[in-house]
This record gives sequence, C-alpha cells and structure tokens, in this order.
Amino acid sequence: MTSLVLILISALFFNGIIVRVKSFCAGRKGPGIFQPMKDVIRLFRKGCVYSEVSGPVFRMAPAIYFASVLLAVLTVPLGHKGGMLSFSGDFIFFAYVLALGKFFCIIGALDTGSSFEGMGASREALYSMLAEPAFFLILGSLGLMTGNTSFQGIFANLHLAGPISWSLAAIAAFVFLVLAMIENSRMPVDDPKTHLELTMIHEVMVLDNSGLDLGLIFLTGYLKFAMYAALIANLFIGSVPLGFAIPLFFLVQAACAVIIGINESFTARYRMNHNPQFIFTLACIALLTVFGVMLMSGQLI
Amino acid sequence: MKNTILHINNGGRAALSDIPAYSYDEFRNEALSLLEEAGRHCVNYFAYPCEGSLRLFMCIADDAAHDVLVFSTIVAEGARLASAAAENHVLERFEREMTEDHGLVFEGHPWAKPVRAKDGYPFFSMEGEELHEVGVGPVHAGVIEPGHFRFICNGEDVLHLEIQLGWQHRGSEALMLGKKRLIERVLIAEGVAGDTAVSHSIAFATVWESLCGFKPSEEVLWARTLAAELERMANHTGDLGAICGDVAYQLGAAVFGRLRTPIVNFSQRWCGNRLGKGNIRPGHAPYAFTPALRLQLLSDLSAYEKDFLEMCDKIQHFPSVLSRLERTGVVSRAQAEAIGAVGMAAKCAGVCRDIRASHPYALYENLEVTPVVKETGDVLARTELRIDEIRQSLALVRTLLENMPSSFGGRLVPSSPAPDSFSIALAEGWRGEICHCAITDGKGELALYKFKDPSFHNWMALALAVRGNEISDFPICNKSFNLSYCGHDL
Repeated sequence: MTSLVLILISALFFNGIIVRVKSFCAGRKGPGIFQPMKDVIRLFRKGCVYSEVSGPVFRMAPAIYFASVLLAVLTVPLGHKGGMLSFSGDFIFFAYVLALGKFFCIIGALDTGSSFEGMGASREALYSMLAEPAFFLILGSLGLMTGNTSFQGIFANLHLAGPISWSLAAIAAFVFLVLAMIENSRMPVDDPKTHLELTMIHEVMVLDNSGLDLGLIFLTGYLKFAMYAALIANLFIGSVPLGFAIPLFFLVQAACAVIIGINESFTARYRMNHNPQFIFTLACIALLTVFGVMLMSGQLI
Repeated sequence: MKNTILHINNGGRAALSDIPAYSYDEFRNEALSLLEEAGRHCVNYFAYPCEGSLRLFMCIADDAAHDVLVFSTIVAEGARLASAAAENHVLERFEREMTEDHGLVFEGHPWAKPVRAKDGYPFFSMEGEELHEVGVGPVHAGVIEPGHFRFICNGEDVLHLEIQLGWQHRGSEALMLGKKRLIERVLIAEGVAGDTAVSHSIAFATVWESLCGFKPSEEVLWARTLAAELERMANHTGDLGAICGDVAYQLGAAVFGRLRTPIVNFSQRWCGNRLGKGNIRPGHAPYAFTPALRLQLLSDLSAYEKDFLEMCDKIQHFPSVLSRLERTGVVSRAQAEAIGAVGMAAKCAGVCRDIRASHPYALYENLEVTPVVKETGDVLARTELRIDEIRQSLALVRTLLENMPSSFGGRLVPSSPAPDSFSIALAEGWRGEICHCAITDGKGELALYKFKDPSFHNWMALALAVRGNEISDFPICNKSFNLSYCGHDL
C-alpha cells in the first residue's frame, strides 16, 4: 500500500521535473512541475473523437493500457514492505502484464488503419521485444543472488556490501533507467517533443486518440516512469526503516527525472536503425550482472 | 530579326527584335548542344503568347563569360513538339510548366506530369507484397506550407518519393500583369517566397530599372547587398537551429534559434520589417543606413559571432549529431547536374553555381565572393555549407560596413519601361539562384513576367536524396534543403 501511494504521488511530478530540467538547460523558464498533470486533467474534461474506420479495439485500448500499468504498479514493493500484490514469481507477472498493455496499445494503433500508426506500432513492437531480455537478466540475477523469486523477497534480502554487489546495483539501476526511457519512448530512442510523424515511435501511435483516452495514455506514461524509478529506489532501500526509505524514494525519483532531462538536453537522438543495436547492448550489460552474481556465489570459479 | 544568339548581362535589357527566332528544330538542337558544355545551365525557359502563336524563350547562363545567352522560337498554340527534356532532364520541369500553362505537347517527355495541378495527379506506383505507401500532407503536423509527399517504402526504407505541389498557387505571374501600380508589383515580388523577400525584390528592382533604362546609384546597391547578406545569415542560422531540432539536439536548436533573432531584429530596426520587406524598392533605398545603425550592427555581429562559432564547433565535433547527418540524404554530383540543381543543393554536391561569383550584381563584383563548395552532398554537407556561408557573410557585411556611404540620395522612382523589350535579372538568394524575366509590349506595358525560385529545380533533388534512406530520416533531409512551397507554386 505504501509503495502504491508513493508511486502515485511521484507520478504527479515526474514528467514535470523532466520538462523543467529541459527548459532550464535551453535557457527558458519552463512550466511548473505539475503542468503535465494539469494537462491530463484538462484532457479528462474533454470528449473523445473517434474516426469512422476505427472499431471497438481502438476504444478499449487506452483503458486496458492504463489498467495493465496500474496492475504492474501493484506488484512493486517498498523495500521489505511488499506491494499490494506479492507472490512468488511476481516479476514475471509484472513483465507480461505490461506486455499485455503494450499489445493493446499496438493493436489499437493498427485499428485506425493509418499508415503512420502502423509504422509506429511496428517500431514499438520491435523495441519492446528487444528490451525484454535485459529486464529478465537483471531480475534473474538478483533472484539468484538473494534466493528469492518475488520482488519483495529480492529487494528485502538485497544487502549491498562490498564492491561487487554495489557495482551490480549500479548496473541494475542503469539498466532500469534506460529501460524506462525505452518503454516511455524517450531519447535517445524516440523524441517526445517532435512534431514529425515519420520519425515518431510512441507519439505517432496515439495520434488518433483524444480527450479522456489521450489523458489516460499520458497518465500511463507518467506512472510507468515512476514505477521504473521505484524499482531503482528499491535496489538501495533494502530493509532501512520507513523514515529513511520515503525520503530516499523521492530522492531517487527526482534524480532519475533530472538525469533523463539532462540527457535529453545535451544529446541528439539515434538514427532509427541504430536503436536495435543500442537496446541489445543493454541486454549485454545485464548479462554482466549474471556473471557478477555467479562470481559472488562462487559458481563461476 | 537577327540570327545570332543574343548575349546579355545580368540585369541587362535587349530589344525583342535582337533576340533570334529559330525554327523549333534548330532551337532545340542549339539548346541541347549549348547545355552540353560544362559551366552552362538553363536559368529560364518559358512561353510568351503573342499574336496567336507562342514564342519560346530559352535563357542559358554562361558562368565563364559571365553573361546569359538568349534565343527563341515561334510555335503554334497547342503544337506537338519533340521534347528536349527527353535528352536533357534539366529542361523537364520547364516543359511540364509550358504544357500546363499553354497546352503545348512535348512528345517523348520522360515524366509528363502536371507541375502545379492539384486534382487528378497521376502518382507513380509500384506493386509488391512487402511494399507500402505512406502519404504525408498537404496539411502537415508543423505550422508549415502545404505539399503532398508520397513515399513507396519497403519496411523502413524509402524506394521512391513523389512530391506533388501546387497547393500554394496564387497566380503571381498573372497578378504582376494585372496590377498596374509599381508598389503593388513590388509587394507581389516580395511575396513570391516570404523568407526570400529581399533577394526576390532585388531581382524585381533590377528588372524594372533595366526596363526603364535607369541606373541605380552605388549607395542603393550598397544597401541591397547588405540586406541580401543579412537575409542569408538569418535564414541559414534559423535552418541550423531547425536541423538540430530535427535530430532532437535541444542545445543546438535553442542556441541557433536565439541567434537568428538579433539579425532579424536588426532588420526590423533598419526598415521596420524582420524579413526585410519594404527595404528594397526600384530606384532608391527607402531606409537610409545611419551611423547609429552601423554601430548597432557591429556590436550585434560580434555578440553573434562568439556564440555562433562556439555552437558550430560543438555540432561539428559531436558524435551523436554527426551520426545523424553524415551520409544521410546524399545527392551525387551527377544527379545534381542532371536535374539542374541550383544554389545549396548544387554547391553541396560539388557543382559550383553561385550567381554572386558567376554573374555578379549589386556590389558583388567588388566583393569577389568565392563560392563555398562541398563534395559529399549529404545533410552534413548542407549543414557545413550554411556554417561556412554565414562566416563568409559575416566578413562581407563587415567589409561593406567599412565602406559605408554617407548619404543615400533622394526618392527616385523609375517609370515608363521601354517598349518591346526583354530584361533578365539573376540573384543569389539564400536558397540559390533566383531568375526574373520580363517582356514589355509595344506600349511599354508589362506583357509577361516570369519568376523562378531555386525551389523550382531543387524539389527534385530532395526526392532523389531520400531514396535508399530510412523514412524516419526524411524530415532531416527535408529540413536540410528547406525548400519553398510558395516559391515553387507561385
């Protein structure tokens, strides 16, 4: 329950911090950090417009997409305090309930029959597929290290001591952060600011959505960010008391948002055909954690 | 009528009777053999309806001799002619335009499609299980002009792009004849392509002055040259920002976007318009350049130069930007020559075409501009060309400011053009070569006015550049050319 509330609070301002950091880097004042949330509220008050050629899938997709992420958020713990859903193997549930949401997002885009949205859908499907091994390699190696198969068990028993375990946590944090950027279609894979349909990935898939549906999709994006940052926070929270855990949680959330903002300000995005290579590199980095854990537990030598 | 080809200078005037009129076959052979030589390209080819028949004029610029060769032929309306474009693709768009405007039929034309017609455009199509078509526009996601792009793609790779324009057609050439007051005509010329207002109005002023036999003073030419270089700097800087924006490099987009502002603001201070509209008028310089303006410009430029050079150094050495620009959207030298590309599109592919050097006008003869030429023809070349041209313009503006005239003379307005005359003016706008041609009738009234913006040729360069590229790289290719829709559509 604690983690759910914290993630919801963090989702309120996560994107606001990114936007603010980007405007600061560009020498502009920028909107307040709650502006993205205010945009969602504005969209919620509007009606939806549906194209005549789209069917029921298109109307269902945003709600399912949102629900899937909410369901995934329920499994995320805060250190030793479990999430609302916690069972053995819940990280597999986490990964595939997200995949289900993404699947609906993709077929919702295909349902519009637009050539743009088809292109975006095919790109999104490819990148999600390539990103999956990295997630499982990290979680698998952490599970191996702690001897647990649930988020709660893994994070509660993750005692960071010694250089190897610290570097494992650093690698895992890096991989989660980049995964969050890929899953949310941020730089360097996608550019959320562009108006050019031909270069978009995620944005082009939701071109036909409006009003409540679009608001839900935005909200889902904010939640996803907060959720991945919560996973990163968990790597360091372990079993510290709640009084330290909560400030630490928000510190990690803010740090993640600032890093993403700075990254988007000072680099260009990748050429589309370099993206698969980049995402796959992530899986290779995750593989390092597997070796690290085997080294620690003496299984390698 | 004489039988030898007329040689005319940039901004020159000739009596219509001095322009030779050949039979169409002779005309066609002459054109094809002249265009075969390097250093010559067709700057304009158009039809002039008179006395129930059509007189076709061909204007070929000769870079080495610094003049323009003009000759003509008289054909019947609706005649069926052997296409010259079948042998030299440089002429293809001119012939299509004449088919559309005057109903001439060019037999054997390789790509006989309308130039500006919106309805019933015959798109090229390909059959294939794995191919898909993507149509973009005419309404775009950004606040830009309308144009329709149709891609044929295999997955992410573009096999073919066809660009259908004409949505901005305003009938500018007919308006030039319909409006009788000089001020109305100047405004139309300024509006041919709003971002090139200065260079188009310089070309118009040159044509009008030469028709009236008026020679503008040195001071007036000085002001024109300065305005043209400021326009080049402002547009190139804006484009660099837009290129950075398209590769999502926020720092570059922000810095170059900011740097454009002092230049256009200076223009506002000088003539009351950020785009330099109103600054160029036939005969005189309406806004005197005061010593206070000179000091202002010098301090603006030194502030500009510092940040500009720093940012250029960054993007020219930043791997994540370079990886997007290098080897993207390549136009080869052979392609550029085959389609008669001008300006940036040509200069980036190693074809040296710069009117400031080959057919100098205003004060460019004394300034001795050495054209910037790049060899690789990719987006990076077009980016670096802009950077180098801005540096060159900075030096030119400073040289001009050193020799600032003290007074700008009174308000002289040349009127009453000579009857039965032909005049041509070439100018190097920031996109490339601009060509204006005018013909007067027996009473000295304008009987024909012909605009040609560099975009007329260069849209084809864009279509060729994106072949074999990823469709997601199209926006960056498009931005690197930054062609004008209304300049093409007229």
